[in-house]
Amino acid sequence: MYYAVSIAILVTMGLALVRAILGPSVYDRVLAANVFGTKTVLLLSVIAFLYGRPDFLDLALTYALINFVGVLAVLEFFQSRSRADAQTGGDQ
Amino acid sequence: MELTLDILSWILMTTGGLFVLIGGIGALRLPNIYTRMHAASLTDTMASILVLTGIMLQAGFSLATIKLMAILVFLLLTGPTASYAIANAALLSGMRPDAAETSPDKAKTPTEPSA
Amino acid sequence: MQTQSANKTLRILLLGAFLAAAWLLWSGLYKPLLLGLGAFSLVLCLWLAQRIGAFEENSPLATVLNLPRFWGWLLVEIAKSSIDVARIVLDPKLPISPTVVDFKTICKGPIGQVILGNAITLSPGTVTLDVYQGGLKVHCLTEQGAESILSGEADRRAAAITDY
Repeated sequence: MYYAVSIAILVTMGLALVRAILGPSVYDRVLAANVFGTKTVLLLSVIAFLYGRPDFLDLALTYALINFVGVLAVLEFFQSRSRADAQTGGDQ
Repeated sequence: MELTLDILSWILMTTGGLFVLIGGIGALRLPNIYTRMHAASLTDTMASILVLTGIMLQAGFSLATIKLMAILVFLLLTGPTASYAIANAALLSGMRPDAAETSPDKAKTPTEPSA
Repeated sequence: MQTQSANKTLRILLLGAFLAAAWLLWSGLYKPLLLGLGAFSLVLCLWLAQRIGAFEENSPLATVLNLPRFWGWLLVEIAKSSIDVARIVLDPKLPISPTVVDFKTICKGPIGQVILGNAITLSPGTVTLDVYQGGLKVHCLTEQGAESILSGEADRRAAAITDY
């Protein structure tokens, strides 16, 4: 049963990757990366019980933290870049 | 008692897996960034709640349950913040939500994929 | 003034106790080195929280005690709207009608608005696009979702647990 849930999560991670590759805008890709990250957290929690290794739960929590900070950092980067673009565009 | 808990947790985990799949399909099918965000929030909230609660029932009363609960609370607290950051960044960058076009086959805008 | 600073000390102590409990629970090892590292990170966290002004707000303790009731209601709403969105995604015709709603909230404080915005984003089918003073811009997957936002049920409940 754990296998079924893991496979469902893996398929969705694949679909999110497809969206990240197709994604017409930067924000589609960031959204897909965010979905990929939260699904990784779920997958790690399932794997912890599939293999009976509760220490995987600590990895899942750490991954949740890193994923959140990572998404915010990437967005901040793109926002400050587009702000800089807008400024140079205004100067011309 | 043991069996009821087992069955309940299997049901929760299977429906959770189903919601994960549906959210993934939705993220591919829906036409633009703002609508895709709804599919993403489907996998982020409902699926996380179902899958993690299902595992919690399997774990019983232990440290693992407390950790799972912490993961769930953390996901539910940060998920909306990340979604809001993405949506707001997309809005500020000037992407139009296309609210006026209600039918999906009319909604052909330059920001969309051709597929 | 006196009660103000006493309140602030209480808040700092509460957060410190919570952080210490979290550290002890997670590490599970009680060696001097690890306890020292824990004390160091505790002080660092408290200093950072003080720096972003987390202790200046009026005491949100009553709000925290009221939250479980709000979460119970929110859970039912999330379940209902999840099933709606799942049905829409699986429908071959993809019957979406995206709508953007601007509405004024009756929540006064920033905490109430944050709770409301997060609750709207958490329930599938509605995403908060923008929060400004006294109002929210919400993107809805369907027109029915927009109507349920405009009916203001979530707004009333968020206001009920923060303003009293």
